[in-house]
Amino acid sequence: MLKFIGRRAIFAAFTILIVSAVVFGIFSLLPFDPAALTCGQRCTDQIVEANRVRLGFDKPIYEQYWLFLSGIFLGRTYGAGSAAFTCPAPSFGYSFNENACVTDMIVEALPITISLAIGALLLWLTVGIGLGIVAAKFKNRWPDTSSSVFVLLATSLPTFVTGLALLIWVSIKWKLIPLSLQGYTSIFDNPFKFVEYFILPWITLAIAYAAIYTRFTRAALLETLGEDYIRTARAKGVGERVVFFKHTLRAVLAPLITLAGLDFAGLVGGAIITETIFNLPGLGRLTLRSVYEFDLSVVLATTILAAVVVIMMNLIVDLFYAVLDPRVRIT
Amino acid sequence: MSELLRIEDLHVSFKTDDGLVRAVDGVSLTLKAGETVAIVGESGSGKTVTSLSVMGLHKKGSAQISGSISLNDGGTFKDVVSLNDDQIRDIRGRAVAMIFQDPMSSLHPYYKIGNQLAEAYLVHNPGKKKEAMARAIEMLDLVGIPEPAKRAVEFPHQFSGGMRQRVMIAMALMNSPQILIADEPTTALDVTVQAQILALLSKLKKEFNMGILLITHDLGVVAQVADRVNVMYAGRIVEEGSVDDIFYSPLAPYTLGLLKSVPRVTANNDRLKAIPGQPPSLINLPVGCPFAPRCEYKQHSSEAGCNTTKPALIGTSDTHRSRCHIPESLRRDLFGKEIKELQA
Repeated sequence: MLKFIGRRAIFAAFTILIVSAVVFGIFSLLPFDPAALTCGQRCTDQIVEANRVRLGFDKPIYEQYWLFLSGIFLGRTYGAGSAAFTCPAPSFGYSFNENACVTDMIVEALPITISLAIGALLLWLTVGIGLGIVAAKFKNRWPDTSSSVFVLLATSLPTFVTGLALLIWVSIKWKLIPLSLQGYTSIFDNPFKFVEYFILPWITLAIAYAAIYTRFTRAALLETLGEDYIRTARAKGVGERVVFFKHTLRAVLAPLITLAGLDFAGLVGGAIITETIFNLPGLGRLTLRSVYEFDLSVVLATTILAAVVVIMMNLIVDLFYAVLDPRVRIT
Repeated sequence: MSELLRIEDLHVSFKTDDGLVRAVDGVSLTLKAGETVAIVGESGSGKTVTSLSVMGLHKKGSAQISGSISLNDGGTFKDVVSLNDDQIRDIRGRAVAMIFQDPMSSLHPYYKIGNQLAEAYLVHNPGKKKEAMARAIEMLDLVGIPEPAKRAVEFPHQFSGGMRQRVMIAMALMNSPQILIADEPTTALDVTVQAQILALLSKLKKEFNMGILLITHDLGVVAQVADRVNVMYAGRIVEEGSVDDIFYSPLAPYTLGLLKSVPRVTANNDRLKAIPGQPPSLINLPVGCPFAPRCEYKQHSSEAGCNTTKPALIGTSDTHRSRCHIPESLRRDLFGKEIKELQA
């Protein structure tokens, strides 16, 4: 078990190293001078050169990369003397555009994205698995057909349509939920405000995913119902309800968890459209803004973070799978 | 011997997009305590459909069932065909239990063996968890699984194929049923393991005084354990008789064809004598004898009825009945020679 986690951690470290090197390489190939981007309207050559030295853009690319890597463990100081600016470890660089350490920016954005992802996940799992069960149980009858209509609609509507529609009707026309302008409140400070802040984004994201999960759950349940061991259960005299909820649903759980873990990881990387529509200052919006502004250090950091989350979730899913499926052994 | 099961004129058909599939077409048979009755036939002959009907395991919507299946449930006879879902469920696993062809996929991969066995008991004895577990271990021991208490907490994937079939048998015995349906119980197993499982079934039959309905396509298995044999073709019984009747004086051309197609080590001709052609589609059965298109003795039929009427199941002795248009004496002559050749 520990050996397994250790091996996976080494593998993860290598993956992250490669991801960061690739992102670093791509940005260095772009026909932009990163130093020129750091200064505003009244820009002189002297300021550009000074910034170039201060941010280390004058050094060769491999040295810049090395400085970036060592900053993660040792922290990093930009400039010297009275103008020096230090980002303590773990430092993922310094954003000249925002005049802040990247780590601080991520720490600020992360709770919002995580709250968005977890809430949406819970919502779509409930709705998706619930509808999938209903659809499978009433196969080819009206509950199944209506769930197919939902699936079709939800998968064909892009999030920016459902999100905007929710905003227009729920917030603006019916005034049920105020536009989320007051800013983010932690769940620990005020759970009610927290839910109010996130409910529409949650619904927006959940609709799209719930449709996929409805389909998946239905298909997996129907397939399992045809298995020999389900016939065995019936032959024992087990009632249909127990056959369905104990024997069949249990077998569907493991693949469902796998799917959920990976989808969740994708969301933590940033739900860019949803965060933009609802004006949520999360990772997605941070990434988007940084890409627009060629804020290399921020893009690098959010990309690495996304990779870390995906790798972590893969590990968690694998561990979960071993718990759920006795045939899977972790060695 | 008390009668446990009497199937009379059973018809089972399934609606499909291509038409009505007549899977079982007027099957009648009986099973008594302490005997093994085999149903033999190739794939699609209706043998499994017949057995699933006894368990009431056909889906209500898709299967149309008529006829009667009288099942002895502790002295009172119940007609499975007319019972409702709850009443059938009450019989399943208690009065009649079933073991299936593929033990690899017949056990739930996510539950421990002991719990799966205990469930069979708990369904019919709710709340008695301790007794169920004790019974599970007792049954595992009975079917020859070493260290049953230890193995009970293991999962199906930790068992070999033969061991899993033993587990399936143990599961079937949890409620000491009077009738055991074994649907191709040895087909998926190694030959050496097959013999062990068959010996186990015979032993348990005596211990529990059960009647076993054995579904198989394997004549070797039939010869080893069956008392009486029903040969099925295209949803009908074409011949029934004792094992001796079937193996030494078969009277249906199809039975003879089956016997001839068994590979023999001593045979000096190197080609297998397969029955030519394919079984007919069960959607549009020919009006005449369903076996006529494949029958190599058709020309011996005096009245040429093979293509126009289905032969009736006619008794030639107390135990032996068969369907064929060819006169019985001629069949005895013709088939007797072939059987002698086979035994030579």
